[in-house]
Amino acid sequence: MTEEEKQIIRKYNEHRKSILRSTTEPRGVRILLIALSVLFMSLFLFVPLVSIFYEAFRSGAGFFLRAVSDRAAMSALRMTLLATCISVPANLVFGLCAAWCIGKFQFRGKSILVSLIDIPFAISPVIAGLLFIFLFGTNSLLGIWFRDHGYRILYAAPSVVIVTIFVTFPFVVREILPVIQAQGTEEEQAARVLGARGWHIFWRVTLPNIRWAVLYGVILCNARAMGEFGAVMVVVGNSPKTNTLPLHINALYQGYADPAAPFAVATLLALMAILTLVLKCFVEWKMSSAESDA
Amino acid sequence: MANLRGQKKFVSIVPPGLRLVERSVLPGFKLTMGLTVTYLSLVVLIPLSGLFLATRHLTFGDFCHIMQNDLVAKSFKLTFGASLCAALVNAVMGFIVAWVLVRYRFVGRRLLDMMVDLPFALPTAVSGIALAQIYSEKGWIGQFLPIPIRGTPIGVTLALIFIGLPFVIRTLQPAIADIDRELEEVSASLGARRHQTFLRVIFPTLSPALITGFAMAFARAVGEYGSVLFIGGMIPGKTEIMSSVILSKLYEENGQVPASAVALVMLAVSFGILLLINLIQIWANRRFALAN
Repeated sequence: MTEEEKQIIRKYNEHRKSILRSTTEPRGVRILLIALSVLFMSLFLFVPLVSIFYEAFRSGAGFFLRAVSDRAAMSALRMTLLATCISVPANLVFGLCAAWCIGKFQFRGKSILVSLIDIPFAISPVIAGLLFIFLFGTNSLLGIWFRDHGYRILYAAPSVVIVTIFVTFPFVVREILPVIQAQGTEEEQAARVLGARGWHIFWRVTLPNIRWAVLYGVILCNARAMGEFGAVMVVVGNSPKTNTLPLHINALYQGYADPAAPFAVATLLALMAILTLVLKCFVEWKMSSAESDA
Repeated sequence: MANLRGQKKFVSIVPPGLRLVERSVLPGFKLTMGLTVTYLSLVVLIPLSGLFLATRHLTFGDFCHIMQNDLVAKSFKLTFGASLCAALVNAVMGFIVAWVLVRYRFVGRRLLDMMVDLPFALPTAVSGIALAQIYSEKGWIGQFLPIPIRGTPIGVTLALIFIGLPFVIRTLQPAIADIDRELEEVSASLGARRHQTFLRVIFPTLSPALITGFAMAFARAVGEYGSVLFIGGMIPGKTEIMSSVILSKLYEENGQVPASAVALVMLAVSFGILLLINLIQIWANRRFALAN
């Protein structure tokens, strides 16, 4: 190798290094940005989360246990579980149906249907509650019909369930749809040509491909269903019997209870949120490893 | 023979371009479509039409009268002002956090990434009381601040920053990961300094995602109720936001019409933002297609 060639190689290497250096920020800037992010996220996300547990146990573990197992808290927990156990499966079945017909078929008006499904995302919780006040109110036809037949919808459990279904409506389908669309229809067509029946195709071919997306949607749907506040508050009004956990927290906070009481009840929901985050992370990891396998 | 005739009929009657549904060998279209549309109508469309029915007696004059009400007008200003401030803070801080999470490797990165979704997962009532507590005069953060936060518009804005943050970060992360590193190398090898590359190459590529995230955070902030209730206190004329005005109107006598009028404005804003996000998406796709 001549001296001239060596010099060219050296120059080339220097140039490469300078390019590598110039496609990231200087070390000082990097450290500054990381520190800023960690500080911001800690102040805004971590501190509030930790403070819930701290406040909950401030009056002692005994008080905590009493606040959580108190009759009103138990009734609120039951109401929350009732609304969740109905709305999540209902939206799961709907999500699978909608994803199948939108993801596997080509038809006119598809984009309109997708936009309509997204509507509950765009409607704020209080307005969602308001919709059902109008629908089942004393001035509406439906409201009069239900009243005459002795059913109580508003300010009672049915409206809690219905409004929870409304606010969590798009969660499952929004997660499944992109995955089912990316899968295409070749595998199902092959199964069909080989003689598989409809349900068989769904259980054996489609569902294994989308199972993590389904779980992901269910996790998000569940978190929202358990935590909905504004919409439920509107349809329930001031009837403590139908309080859900978030409403019970509000009642304790606004009332004359011990300041630790709302936080004690809030730990239940905070634990649910932490579990949601962990599960979500796990499913994301599963999804990305499934993607890299394919 | 019948089979043959049937097949022939199908092919000849509807030209392919006008068919409502493209033929497919897969079963279940009618069933799933029927269920989807029925459920959608029952849960979303019929309740939504109820709101428009409720506003049928509302005249334009009444509408203006309601909007000019002092408390309503103040709640409008606060809602949009605080939401705008919160979305701006989220856009700036969200950009930095998303950049750090995608580009840099450091201890605790995964935990930080997991925490981003906390405002989605944590019920608003819970985050509401937590924020109210730490920003109170004796709270963990509030005691160090020279100005009161609880019961002020600043408190409202803080709560809105909390709930809107994931929207910006989660929209930007895939966009940052998708940036072609070669573009940065090309830019650098052509002699651009890092800040020039950032401003001229990286930032323009990310701007659709940033605007989308900003719009989503803004839309969410406008509709938020739970977390604002506790830290803001919903003091009429001071920290009362539009959602709360709707609620308090509902409890008044003959309050349904004013409540629905305010709700209509909020709905119009949310749908406008949704439309804007879709337009940005179309614009970004087209620009991206041209660049290729």
